[in-house]
Amino acid sequence: MPDATGLELIAQELRDRDSEGVLDTTFFREKAAITVTRETVQATLEHLRGKGYGFMASVHGVDYFPEEPRLGVHYELLDMSTVDRITVKVRVPLDDPHVPSVTPEWPTADHQEREIWDMFGVIFDGHPDHRRILMPEDYEGHPQRRDFPVGGEPVHFTHNESRQTRYTR
Amino acid sequence: MSTPEVRKPEGARGGLSYREMEESVELSHIAHEDEGEQELLTLNMGPHHPATHGVLRLLTTLEGEVVRDVKPIIGYVHTGIEKTAEDKAYWKAIPVVERMDYLSYYFNAMAYCGAVETLIGLEVPPRAQYLRVLHLELNRIASHLIWLATGALDLGAISVFWYGWRDRDRILDLFEMSSGQRMHTRYFQVGGVMEDIPVGFEQRVRAFCKDFPKRLDQFEALIDKNQIVLQRLRGVAAVDEQTLLGFGVTGPLLRATGNPWDLRKAAPYSSYDHFDFKIPVGTVGDNYDRYRVRMAEMRESVKIIEQALDGLPEGPYITPDRKYALPPRHELATSMEALIHHFKLVTEGFRVPPGEAYYPIESPRGELGCFVRSDGSSKPARVHMRDPSFVNLQAFGEMVRDTYIADLIATLAMLDPILGGIDR
Repeated sequence: MPDATGLELIAQELRDRDSEGVLDTTFFREKAAITVTRETVQATLEHLRGKGYGFMASVHGVDYFPEEPRLGVHYELLDMSTVDRITVKVRVPLDDPHVPSVTPEWPTADHQEREIWDMFGVIFDGHPDHRRILMPEDYEGHPQRRDFPVGGEPVHFTHNESRQTRYTR
Repeated sequence: MSTPEVRKPEGARGGLSYREMEESVELSHIAHEDEGEQELLTLNMGPHHPATHGVLRLLTTLEGEVVRDVKPIIGYVHTGIEKTAEDKAYWKAIPVVERMDYLSYYFNAMAYCGAVETLIGLEVPPRAQYLRVLHLELNRIASHLIWLATGALDLGAISVFWYGWRDRDRILDLFEMSSGQRMHTRYFQVGGVMEDIPVGFEQRVRAFCKDFPKRLDQFEALIDKNQIVLQRLRGVAAVDEQTLLGFGVTGPLLRATGNPWDLRKAAPYSSYDHFDFKIPVGTVGDNYDRYRVRMAEMRESVKIIEQALDGLPEGPYITPDRKYALPPRHELATSMEALIHHFKLVTEGFRVPPGEAYYPIESPRGELGCFVRSDGSSKPARVHMRDPSFVNLQAFGEMVRDTYIADLIATLAMLDPILGGIDR
């Protein structure tokens, strides 16, 4: 793992490239994480790839409700030779949920970015196949958001059949 | 008319292989000269197809019998488990996360519990770590047996199907003995395991470990040198290591290309560094290597199980920290404090300090990582599983491009996707 010092060194390298790019660094439970602006996310990932973090283990979305900016995208990078992990985080507000897609450079992000769009509504600019992946294509809303109610879906049973759409007709 | 490129099986002994004989048949005198390129056909397979191992839908584009493109369409068993887990106390979310990848439930529970333990900073007692390893490896064998059974069925070997389920049933009997359940056992807890193993469990596991390598010998005698299997698997759907790494593929699929990446060795968790085992790797990364790697992994798992039984340390099986683990039953009758702890745990659950953790483990299908975000309350603010089936499925198009449609089925079987894990 890059220790707290190693993390700061990486952050400093990134700041040298773009002084505004790095927003925050955290070191929690032996795990390094770096928060960058969405404009620099591709450059940051490429820089880290050059440092050996060549395997993108996971991409996941987070809803930080009620904090702002609400939506987060995490990229878990892994250096397979030194077995070292680092997280790159991006935060975007709900009214402008655009993040540049990294799928052209990292093919593994394809389905995972689609899942984040599906579940959180983050729009990945430049994604080659920007569609829903788990929910039906005509679904409205993004169910993994924190303010999306659980149990909001109507379920058809025989006892409430008359009050709902009759598909059989 | 352009003839499609196909990968021919290498080293088929005894003259021409069936496929080569088939290809040597000259049909050009039948085809018309002015036909031009062959028309593409889009064929929908699934979501209910016996060979898709679940409700996976494949939109295939065929040119004759050759697959030119395939698009997996998923989401048919999406049950919103990640959303459900956000609505449960930390320890009550274990049963729901177990149901994601329904063949490797111990692994799901391990990844989730590991992430929560990382957030808390909780020590797991050595005995609990060994018991976890014991059950994880039993589960790995059970999961691989289902892969073997259904994969062999896809190739037409129906006896292996029955034998695989028979042996897996013995493992489920062991799970029933240690935890009371055959599947989705809820045996792993935050801080340890639910109960100590019962009397007689060790003997039965040892008996299984003694018998099972013989079973593996029998499977290998049935399949390894079977001419039909060799022709269906050897040299088919080989993808090189770098492409697989780009797609994020891990587990037996990556090891089949010769990359010995295994988190049990690379970043040992739950005291895997105490055990002596090898990592089987393949050479060319075709379907046959994928098959052989998994078979060899089962043998290694038996070795780990035996070592875990031999070296099982004495001591508590769950953390003695009463803030996170239920007090023993007898204390409830005598200690007021134990009663309060019990009440708090059962009603509210425990609180976890705010933070984010990603805990990766080596599941039977590759890197299974659990991301948990805590906001300081007694319910997780976000639970996400990086499921290996979901990520590995992206490489499927690359694997089957320009192979026969029959090889698509065999490749899917060797990919071993679990749709419960993909859709979550």
